[in-house]
Amino acid sequence: MVNIGNIWQYLALQSPLQSLSGDQLNATKMAVTTYTLPQLPYAYDALEPYISSQIMELHHSKHHQAYVTNLNKALESHLAAVAGTDIAGQIALQQAIKFNGGGHINHSLFWQNLAPAGSEEASPSAAKELVSAIEKTWGDFEAFKKAFSAALLGIQGSGWGWLVKDGPQGGLRIVTTKDQDPVVGGEVPVFGVDMWEHAYYLQYLNGKAAYVDNIWNVINWKTAEDRFLGSREDAFSVLKAAL
Amino acid sequence: MSSTLLRTTPILRGALRASGAVKPASATFVRGKATLPDLPYDYGALEPHISAKIMELHHSKHHQTYVNGLNSALDTIGEAESKGDFTKAASIAPLLNFHGGGHLNHTLFWENLAPASRDGGGEPDGSLKKAIETDFGSFDSFRKQMNTSLAGIQGSGWAWLVKDKSSGNLGLVTRANQDPVTGQFVPLLGIDAWEHAYYLQYENRKAEYFDAIWNVINWKTVAQRFEKP
Repeated sequence: MVNIGNIWQYLALQSPLQSLSGDQLNATKMAVTTYTLPQLPYAYDALEPYISSQIMELHHSKHHQAYVTNLNKALESHLAAVAGTDIAGQIALQQAIKFNGGGHINHSLFWQNLAPAGSEEASPSAAKELVSAIEKTWGDFEAFKKAFSAALLGIQGSGWGWLVKDGPQGGLRIVTTKDQDPVVGGEVPVFGVDMWEHAYYLQYLNGKAAYVDNIWNVINWKTAEDRFLGSREDAFSVLKAAL
Repeated sequence: MSSTLLRTTPILRGALRASGAVKPASATFVRGKATLPDLPYDYGALEPHISAKIMELHHSKHHQTYVNGLNSALDTIGEAESKGDFTKAASIAPLLNFHGGGHLNHTLFWENLAPASRDGGGEPDGSLKKAIETDFGSFDSFRKQMNTSLAGIQGSGWAWLVKDKSSGNLGLVTRANQDPVTGQFVPLLGIDAWEHAYYLQYENRKAEYFDAIWNVINWKTVAQRFEKP
């Protein structure tokens, strides 16, 4: 389930555009990629009491679904703009693709890097190599948690915090991204935490520090370890194949 | 406006008044602190369009946090300045923009709202109505365009009806996070599109919030801002 190569199996289903024949579309064979909402690898209430069932249901079935729906719409319009050699139209769609595609990528990675509290996956002992690298980088595990939490609480507005593996030496870094900007700059996303208000507000209201404290109970360290040991190509291979 | 945004505490005001025209030696250390403005209506007054719980959290927690953050940023800048550490002072710029913007935006926002039973809702009249019709075609078209702007915000932010200082024309702008409307534009009407502004009541259905808020817009305030030379 948490094998890095499998992550994108949740993301992509490729289906050719049925209505366009070779005559109608005199471009090279084009297909529109239709993304679908991935199943959660656990029940909506599995992360209670740290993330409420109501939050998980809305977050997955409404918010994530909206990113998927709007990504598909934007890609379909983009395909039409390419077919119509409408360069202005293609450029106009880039932000919608980035925002909704980023929302789809980020949430897909997020669901996988969460696990029910108390499960084997939710214990840092499921990530021996990663924890060792974290201790080497930040001195000790608590110092890392403190630094990561501070980064999350420093986000101004909507965004995400990520632990990433970066560069040829595979050094670890904490990065924050705004809105739905995806971590697509070359780093391997190890795990991410959603700091949009919709991720915690129904339960924690304005008390986002408590959400950040509690998220550590439901991080899936098995997923984090797999991503840490894998490559970026692994993480994005299925998505790339679908494009 | 500035008097509600940055005001000295009553004690400081008293001290300043007592000092008369004579500037006390310590004057440079007496600085106004930003304070949370009172709402001009009760927390429940905008029901059912904006719930009392949202209003209470939004005002007493979120806005208060911006006020605290602004004062803290100003203190840090003041300390850095007094030590000649201008690098440190400049590094606070993002916090000053975020918390200062948050304080400014919310202060303008509360004044933009009123209970539907009092000044809230309806349509503008007079010169503001004419200007909206000239610049947007009709009031209905303006409202649709503003809702489209609000719906298009990717992440947290605000949409504003603004007046261009040089041309006098009206326009719509959006701002990310708590970036304030500054420069060539005068903010007339702002709508908060942060999730904390609607989520407890509307959840992910933000379009319903953007529709409902027109029932509690205080057009008197908007007109006053518009007519101010």
